[in-house]
Amino acid sequence: MSIETIISQFVGGLSVSMLLFLVASGLTLIFGVAKVFNFAHGSFYLLGAYFSYQAIALFNNFWAGVIAATIGAGLIGMLLEICFIRKIRGRSEEGAFQILLTYAFILIIDDAVKFIWGPEYKTIQKPPSLAGTLEIGAVSLPKYNLFIIVLGIVIVIVAWYILSRTKTGKIIQAASTDSQMVGLLGVNVSMVMSLVFGVATAMGGLAGAMAAPLRTVTSGSGVEVIIESLIVVVIGGLGNFWGALLGAVLIGEVNAFGVLWLPQWASLLSFVVMIVVLIFKPKGLLSNEPTRKKI
Amino acid sequence: MMKRYKDLVPWIIYFLVFGGMLFVRGGGHYVHLAMQIIILGLFATSFNVLFGKTGLLSFGQALFYGLGAYITGMAAKSFGPDYFMWALLAVPLVAIVVSILLGALSLRLSDVYFTMLTLAFAQLAWGITIKWYGLTRGDDGIQAIPKPALLTGNVNYYLFSFLVVTACIYFLWRLDRSPFGSVLEGIRQNSLRVTFTGMSVFRHQLLAYVISSSFTAIAGGLYAGIDGSIHPDMFYWTMSGSIILMTILGGMSGFFGPIIGVTIFVLLEDMVGRSTEYWSFVIGIIMLIMVMIFPHGIIGIATYFGKFFARKGGQVDNP
Repeated sequence: MSIETIISQFVGGLSVSMLLFLVASGLTLIFGVAKVFNFAHGSFYLLGAYFSYQAIALFNNFWAGVIAATIGAGLIGMLLEICFIRKIRGRSEEGAFQILLTYAFILIIDDAVKFIWGPEYKTIQKPPSLAGTLEIGAVSLPKYNLFIIVLGIVIVIVAWYILSRTKTGKIIQAASTDSQMVGLLGVNVSMVMSLVFGVATAMGGLAGAMAAPLRTVTSGSGVEVIIESLIVVVIGGLGNFWGALLGAVLIGEVNAFGVLWLPQWASLLSFVVMIVVLIFKPKGLLSNEPTRKKI
Repeated sequence: MMKRYKDLVPWIIYFLVFGGMLFVRGGGHYVHLAMQIIILGLFATSFNVLFGKTGLLSFGQALFYGLGAYITGMAAKSFGPDYFMWALLAVPLVAIVVSILLGALSLRLSDVYFTMLTLAFAQLAWGITIKWYGLTRGDDGIQAIPKPALLTGNVNYYLFSFLVVTACIYFLWRLDRSPFGSVLEGIRQNSLRVTFTGMSVFRHQLLAYVISSSFTAIAGGLYAGIDGSIHPDMFYWTMSGSIILMTILGGMSGFFGPIIGVTIFVLLEDMVGRSTEYWSFVIGIIMLIMVMIFPHGIIGIATYFGKFFARKGGQVDNP
């Protein structure tokens, strides 16, 4: 294996990692703060891709699509949180019902998308400014993939800044530790949760719009993404922001190099990684909670 | 005496409905539906041993359903129709071994982590089945699985599945009302208190997982005989998902809830699925309504109309 292949696989893997991170960080944020397991998070990725397709059809501009995807997915996410997820909070066996409720969202959104935009595959072109490749020595890297990596890094830094350096971030962190206490201090906790839900689903929508030129847009892609992001999040530790980043990079690169090593079985490697991690570190790589049940 | 009588009511309804299926006008189609209903009914009932009874949400029971189907299908396909029965007998034994292994690994985790690990194992099994073309014929599935002469024909096979399923469900019903069942119930309600009584939560959960998985595998094995055709999608997570949905639809708190759910679901699918291609949209809406308004399923709705119906539907109080 030449060094050029290694570099180009690494960059390709990293761009996939960043897209996974966008979805997975939203999933982990929702779980960390609102203690909701959003099984339907991939559907917001799906909605993002279709919103972007629609906006590009209307305005003929890639960036209009990205903005429409981000805002649209975020608004729908908030709406679903306010109308449904909030209502079942505090019920006994809440976790199971959350999974079922969000599973219902998957079924509904998948079919609604098929109904509105038709079952056929959609393609979105890369924006002209990011179309070509960038030559570095003997390696040629697609500009679009490099842009996704840069975007991912920017989002990591912004999210880190907001979560750890601003008052909003402090409230979010506090709410994930003890939301009742935060409520007693006069913070509108339900609003914080809806907001977190909106931001997280908006990130899913953004990922969908950014991924659309690389993969075809179909109504089944939301499900593929949710399974991948679940693996990422569970590997990193549910509710752990840095865990999502670590998991995303790990899975992205395992897939990128697995294809070279075991072409036929590559798609199963992520499951193997997840199973191995969970067996040795049941709450994910970056968790310092007690790892085993006491009983 | 009264109590015994009330216990018998759901069984009488069970025999009336599933025996009656044989005499419905337009036979063939309904017998075919009835086969699906009782086989999925066994799947859902054994799933509910984990979910409704013990409080463990496994999103990977399709693994055992597919396992049962593939063992039976591959054995009968490669060794001839006589091995159909032997394979069916071997299915629970294999499932016991597999479920002890997987259960011991996944039950170390709790809540969402347990759910996700079971999902990952099932997806892995699905992936292996798709990719290992030499063994499983991959995405083509296995068609024309031979059955022994005695079991050919819809009516014969329905009677056979009905007998097997009824025996299994009777066993699970006794289990549900046994002291072991009470321990499982206790684990769901308050696992800490179960440890206070000196019992191991893990061992009981594992046993429940093994029992549930073995009966699921039997259901899968029976499925291989319906049309003699199986597909890797029996391992796919949507299979586990529909079983969860059917269980919720019927009501997870009563023993017969899952069967009621399966019956309604399959009949609905037969009626609605023929007229619209957006069937999963309809399921999604039904599921949304069930979770939001009737979390206890159809048995729960029945409670609205009087306690008598609620008790008939299950909610067994142990003496």
